Amino acid sequence: MSGPLAMLDVGAIINGVLLVMLVVLMCAIARVRNLLTAILLMGVYSLVMAVWLTVMDAADVAFTEAVVGAGVSTVVLLGAILLTRSETAAISWKAMIAPGLAVLVVGGLLVFAAQDLPDFGDPASPANAYVGKLYLEMTGGDIGAANVVTAVLGSYRGFDTLGETTVIFAAGLGVALMLGFGERAMSDRERGRMPVNVSAGEDHVVLRVMAKLLIPLIVLYAFYVQFHGDLGPGGGFQAGVIMAVAVILHALVFGLDATMHAVRPGVARAIAALGVLVYAGVGIANIVHGGTFLNYDYLFPPGVEARLPDAAHHNWGQHFGIMAIEAGVLLTVAATMITVFYGFAGRSAEAVAVVGGDDTHGQNP
Amino acid sequence: MSFVTSHFNYVVVIVLMMGGLFITFSTGNLIKRMIGLAIFQTSVGVLYISLGKVAGGTAAITIEATSEAGRALSSKLDPGYVAQYGVDGVVYSNPLPHVLILTAIVVGVSTLAVGLAIAVRVREAYGTVEAGEIAAADQAAIAQADRRKSGGRGR
Repeated sequence: MSGPLAMLDVGAIINGVLLVMLVVLMCAIARVRNLLTAILLMGVYSLVMAVWLTVMDAADVAFTEAVVGAGVSTVVLLGAILLTRSETAAISWKAMIAPGLAVLVVGGLLVFAAQDLPDFGDPASPANAYVGKLYLEMTGGDIGAANVVTAVLGSYRGFDTLGETTVIFAAGLGVALMLGFGERAMSDRERGRMPVNVSAGEDHVVLRVMAKLLIPLIVLYAFYVQFHGDLGPGGGFQAGVIMAVAVILHALVFGLDATMHAVRPGVARAIAALGVLVYAGVGIANIVHGGTFLNYDYLFPPGVEARLPDAAHHNWGQHFGIMAIEAGVLLTVAATMITVFYGFAGRSAEAVAVVGGDDTHGQNP
Repeated sequence: MSFVTSHFNYVVVIVLMMGGLFITFSTGNLIKRMIGLAIFQTSVGVLYISLGKVAGGTAAITIEATSEAGRALSSKLDPGYVAQYGVDGVVYSNPLPHVLILTAIVVGVSTLAVGLAIAVRVREAYGTVEAGEIAAADQAAIAQADRRKSGGRGR
């Protein structure tokens, strides 16, 4: 590769440093026995990963990794260790020999095979030269979205994204079926039984005031990310998770109970289903108007699109189609994350109430 | 470019992947296993994003080549390189891996939640999330059932 620029060297150093940091964090996670430590290290790992993704020009992915990795997955893991235990059993060094050997052999074979991969940053590699470049060239004329990632996600590969949205919905359903919707914790309170408040409590004035200030801003930011997805990094997946984070923050500061009365578990799970319905419904609307499934050029009935303002320069069908399916993604992702959180948090309120204090392993230190 | 610099990212991918696999294999704790799987999953993301990086490229958010930002980006590169690999005068990284990994991360956290929910139910049924203790409890239950069965026949 003839060095196209001198700037790459700085980028290469940052790339190397961040990747080494990831490896160090991975080793630390493998070593620690305390699960709370491991989960917090996972949060750091995700943040370093997000920085690395930004260096790799993957702004949308970095955004998602920061919100999901450092935000939601940390909360879900903490909910899980609250319900189980926070210390792993000690492993003898003998028990590590077989896995260690297996990993070394497989890793060695993979390094051998990796020689066939294209050079890092090679613009002529098969992955970059054909379909990826085609998307970049065609998006301006086909769709007119500035953010090519959103165009590929919503339109070119809209069918994949429908599948992924459905997987998220199904996963949320699975968690709810196993752990419940957290409604039992809510009805306990209504029956006058003493609820266990897994919240910061009444006396943390600073937390409560700050949360009241932050939550509206977080929701506003989620909408910004949602509607700005055409033009910059963002879209339904990121906005949905940010929206769920606002609800989770409310629950952590004001108590699960107050949150469940603000956003009822039944409403959350209905919205999760509604999102998938909106997405699939947009696809079917195109069939009704004479197109194929999820081909937004047929989103409007024939003749309507030409009468929209500035129709010569805007592809309104694609614009509105992507906006509509992103709304579906937002609803499903946000509601699923909230349902999952309710499942874990409602279970912990219940488990603490039932188990009481007789099991020291189950509690966080 | 030597193998070390041109394939460094792939070696890190393999190290992270094998590290995640090792965590999953070596520990009996179900929660720690899920953490290992999560690391394994991120390593796949690192592979895809590394493959999609184009040297000198920028994020796949289109900018006018004639705008100031576009000129600033193009001026850092060799004009011949831009002419060969650029799109309308600016070089972008490949957006396709970004799309795949973006959705994979959100699907990943959903499936992580499912795995953890199973671990929570296992804990409620067995009182532990250590695979060894769960197997021992199963063995004990089977032995007890066998004893009861043979005892019933004896009478």
